[in-house]
Amino acid sequence: MITPRPGRRAVVIAGLRTPFAKAGTTLADASAVDLARHCTRELLYRTELPGNEVDEVIYGQVVVSPLVGNVAREIALLPQMPRTVPGYSLNRACASGAQAICNATDQIIAGHADVILAGGVETLSDVPILHTRRFARTLVAASKARSLGARLSAFAAVRPRDLKPVSPAIAEPSTGESMGQSAEKMAKENGISREDQDALALMSHQRAAAGTADGRLTDEIVPWFGGRDMDQVVSADNLIRPDTTIEQLSKLKPVFDRRYGSVTAGNASPLTDGAATVIMMSEEKAAALGYRPLVAVRSYAVAAVDPGWQLLMGPAYAVPTALRRAGINWQHLGLVEIHEAFASQVLSNVQAWGSAEWARRLGLSGPVGEVDWSRTNVMGGSIAIGHPFAATGARIVTTLANEMVRRDVEFGLISICAQGGMGYAMVLERVA
Amino acid sequence: MTAAFRTEQRDRVAVVTFDLPFESVNKLSKAVGWELEELLRGLDANEQVQAIVLRSGKPDTFIAGADIEEFLQLRSVEEAVRLSRDGQLLMQAVADSRTPVVGAIHGACMGGGLELALACRYRIASDHPKTNLGLPETQLGLIPGAGGSNRLPRLVGVRAALDMILTGKPVTARKALRLGLVDEMVPESILLDTAIDAAERIAGGWSPKRAGHGFVASVVDGTPLGRMVVYRKAQEGVEAKSGGNYPALPRAIDVVRCSMEDGMVKGLAAEAQAFGDLAMTDVSRRLVEIFFATNALKKDDGVPAGSGRARPVHRLGVIGSGFMGAGIAGTAALVAGVEVRMKDADLSRVGRGVKIAIDVLAERLKRRRLTRWEFDRQKALISGTGSYDGFARTELVIEAVFEELGVKRQVLAEIEAAVPATTVIGTNTSTIPIGDIAADARHAERVLGMHFFSPVARMPLLEVIPTDRTSVDALVTAVQFGRRMGKTVIVVADSPGFWVNRILSPYLNEAGFLLEEGVPIDVLDRVMTNWGFPVGPAALFDEVGLDVAEKAGKVMHQAFGDRLEPSRVIGVMRADDRMGRKNGRGFYFYKDGHKSGADGSVFQLLGVRPQGEVDEQRVRDRLVFAMLNEAALAMSEGVVRTPRDADIGAIFGIGYPPFRGGPLRTLDGMGAAEVVARLERLATTCGPRFTPAPVLQEMSRTGGRWYPSSTAR
Repeated sequence: MITPRPGRRAVVIAGLRTPFAKAGTTLADASAVDLARHCTRELLYRTELPGNEVDEVIYGQVVVSPLVGNVAREIALLPQMPRTVPGYSLNRACASGAQAICNATDQIIAGHADVILAGGVETLSDVPILHTRRFARTLVAASKARSLGARLSAFAAVRPRDLKPVSPAIAEPSTGESMGQSAEKMAKENGISREDQDALALMSHQRAAAGTADGRLTDEIVPWFGGRDMDQVVSADNLIRPDTTIEQLSKLKPVFDRRYGSVTAGNASPLTDGAATVIMMSEEKAAALGYRPLVAVRSYAVAAVDPGWQLLMGPAYAVPTALRRAGINWQHLGLVEIHEAFASQVLSNVQAWGSAEWARRLGLSGPVGEVDWSRTNVMGGSIAIGHPFAATGARIVTTLANEMVRRDVEFGLISICAQGGMGYAMVLERVA
Repeated sequence: MTAAFRTEQRDRVAVVTFDLPFESVNKLSKAVGWELEELLRGLDANEQVQAIVLRSGKPDTFIAGADIEEFLQLRSVEEAVRLSRDGQLLMQAVADSRTPVVGAIHGACMGGGLELALACRYRIASDHPKTNLGLPETQLGLIPGAGGSNRLPRLVGVRAALDMILTGKPVTARKALRLGLVDEMVPESILLDTAIDAAERIAGGWSPKRAGHGFVASVVDGTPLGRMVVYRKAQEGVEAKSGGNYPALPRAIDVVRCSMEDGMVKGLAAEAQAFGDLAMTDVSRRLVEIFFATNALKKDDGVPAGSGRARPVHRLGVIGSGFMGAGIAGTAALVAGVEVRMKDADLSRVGRGVKIAIDVLAERLKRRRLTRWEFDRQKALISGTGSYDGFARTELVIEAVFEELGVKRQVLAEIEAAVPATTVIGTNTSTIPIGDIAADARHAERVLGMHFFSPVARMPLLEVIPTDRTSVDALVTAVQFGRRMGKTVIVVADSPGFWVNRILSPYLNEAGFLLEEGVPIDVLDRVMTNWGFPVGPAALFDEVGLDVAEKAGKVMHQAFGDRLEPSRVIGVMRADDRMGRKNGRGFYFYKDGHKSGADGSVFQLLGVRPQGEVDEQRVRDRLVFAMLNEAALAMSEGVVRTPRDADIGAIFGIGYPPFRGGPLRTLDGMGAAEVVARLERLATTCGPRFTPAPVLQEMSRTGGRWYPSSTAR
């Protein structure tokens, strides 16, 4: 565990996100830059943070537009900040938002920065659609051709099938296995039942609906003004189904293995658009500017497993490491947030943390911990709220930090699984 | 006298820098002209000098134009003709000099400045946004008189030349390049080097080839017949637009025609004569006065200089995201470049307001006054909220909510709770006394009125209204911010209707009475547009909105009694759900948002028959004198500080004919005795509302005037 110099703890001041919307719906017209700038700008206004205090913008994005490679710099160029604020973007797959916050943490602890805007954005409504390699090569060759004849002959090799556009798949480049297939495999290998998966999904929706109804979730959302006249106000997530039932969920057909499968559209996180930003500061800077921090980042850890094995088991490794670095045990955790990529993945990780055999494999004296659902995902998770890949980390940090304050909890844990077999864990602590 | 020009030798090129001492911009005056001629003679005689580059030493102007002060001293047509002739000779000397002169143009190049550039052998402009070239003389009731009316059509063709001269609008460097007005456009960083290089080449015998403007131009601009069509079209356009009220416009066409058809010698003579004649017209005098008054207002904060300190405004709050609030927000972001936080109770109204504000920018984008990137950046200055988040760091908040005292008071209390005690709060109202709105304010010293006109993006006037409790600092903050928004700002007293609506009120009432008497709508409006108003009173009702007019009419009636009793026309129109343009039902028909003809059925609603024969002069007198009498009365009450502010307010606020100089100039022009006599006649025939204002009666007895008679300003 790193002990920061006095005043150099990295603290979370506040977080804000756009509504999370099913891809292709209410946020379909917004670009990633639009969404990221919208919630970041509003966060500056809500906290009254002067733009000239910002030292850096760190932002995650997984599916990057070829037109805007570095969304963080575009955010930093908001006119609410001086044009001299640098920014960089990163990709730690679904843990990108969390990684941005942890990078900010490191920068702050090191004394390289005092105020960092960190977060992530994803628009799956606006994914780059590519040409086939062959057609792309042809276009490049044609653009270099010096005569009309040469240009035409470059196109001569093109076949109709080359013209079919290529859209990015949510599949492992190393194995070709889709994320859903991995979740299906994990359900089978870990013996996670369809019923348990649906029950988790139901809980996710019910808790997210409650958090929306009582305003705890909507307080973290800046309304989006959609439509041609900008008068279509989107002020809440549109994937949460307050009235869904176990019957409805159990009726859904498995998507990835129609005969023996258990992973359905109902117990998996949907393709989502959204952005989320948090303000990170050094403790001393927060004091100087008069802010009361919500929490501090106490530790974090990343792990990776062989993607050919159980792709989404990374958190089973990352969480014990983060707890060890934080110098605490599972029993110290007042709140836990587990990113719900798939119910089968959540339950597989939960099973691992509670298993003595896993503990042996990890060289631990006993199981990592038993998940207490009354303190876990208390406002639902990605299955209900949605999962704009890189935004999720910042969404969870914001929700957890606010809830830790509300419940006066000392330690909170975040667990996120990510593409490539990676797992991410963070421990947050209350700031006295 | 300190020299206006300095010369450095670069090899065989003399770089002449125009840098008028003690002035922020370069202006051409007689003295400057003499110095330049002298300088040219010297350089021509110097064998070391093969070519000359002329440039400016001022940061963002090349030459702003002629020194207009000199125009006001002209006492006769002959004197004015001579001034023009002297200018022409100077330009000829530049054009004919042994050493070719190359103009290196960065920044504004206007009027005489462009005429000088036109006389150069070669022109290079910087691609900077501040580089604009134009001949605004007609806006002062004049024509370009130093050869410009002759040289411009020869360089860019008659069509483009007439367009530039008749509208007076400047063109960007890019457009100038396309027109052939400049030969090259380069970044400012290499402007001088490029100019020196070109000067050397020209000295070495190179003669720049100017490409034609294509086939159409060769037929239209290049043949006498084609040009005849252009002159006729221009003539028709000018008549339709100015109704004969602006003699400079037809004169400019005549001069261009003479120059192009009869040659430059005759053309220059015609130009000088036209300039001389026009300089002595009242129209030009009035327009020049307005030019000076507007400039003077740019430096006048409404309080003695130095008595107050403006708060710098970086973030503006706007409460109420209706059309008015959104217009203020969009204009503030676009012109002042400040962050704007818009707040309204209902989020979907907020969103719509943000969109309307962004549309102010989008309109500039469409007209290519903004690049896509500037648009994206400035757009992000505008944000909306349903709460007061982001208001704690505003330096100025403008409230533009519904025109109702109770609502405005409540909103003011909310704003005060959300902002620091130093934040200035402006309330946008057209009729409600500011003192009433601010009555319960915790910090009344920072509350004042800011009366914008709709549509805010296009209407140039802002009335700033301090109450008796408003601090000087707050006042100066509002005035200076209004100017940053590109507005002409007048400070007026907190009296019902302030200034502009005060004088508009009896005018519109009178229009109502005339309609009640059966004066046809189109006749009514035509009489006033012929007199020089941009729109007539019926069309104005439709623009303002009959609901708004009704409300304002009541407030004014209540405040001033019978004299300002509204006609019953508005009530009748409102009963028929006519609100004007906004609901497409008013005195006129509207098709797809465009005004089409007058709606005769209005007279059925009124139960009167439209008159067949109308005494147009009587119609005009009733309307004009209603306004003039009220103007005199309001002035005597101290509603406006100076006649200058009053006249500028009327011209910029309601489009009072600029060539008439404003209502008080009009009164002075007629003389109080004549005004009183005519008002008395109207009072007898139309009613006591025309009783001459006491101040006019007094002036009529003493021979008083609003403006001192001796000076022209």
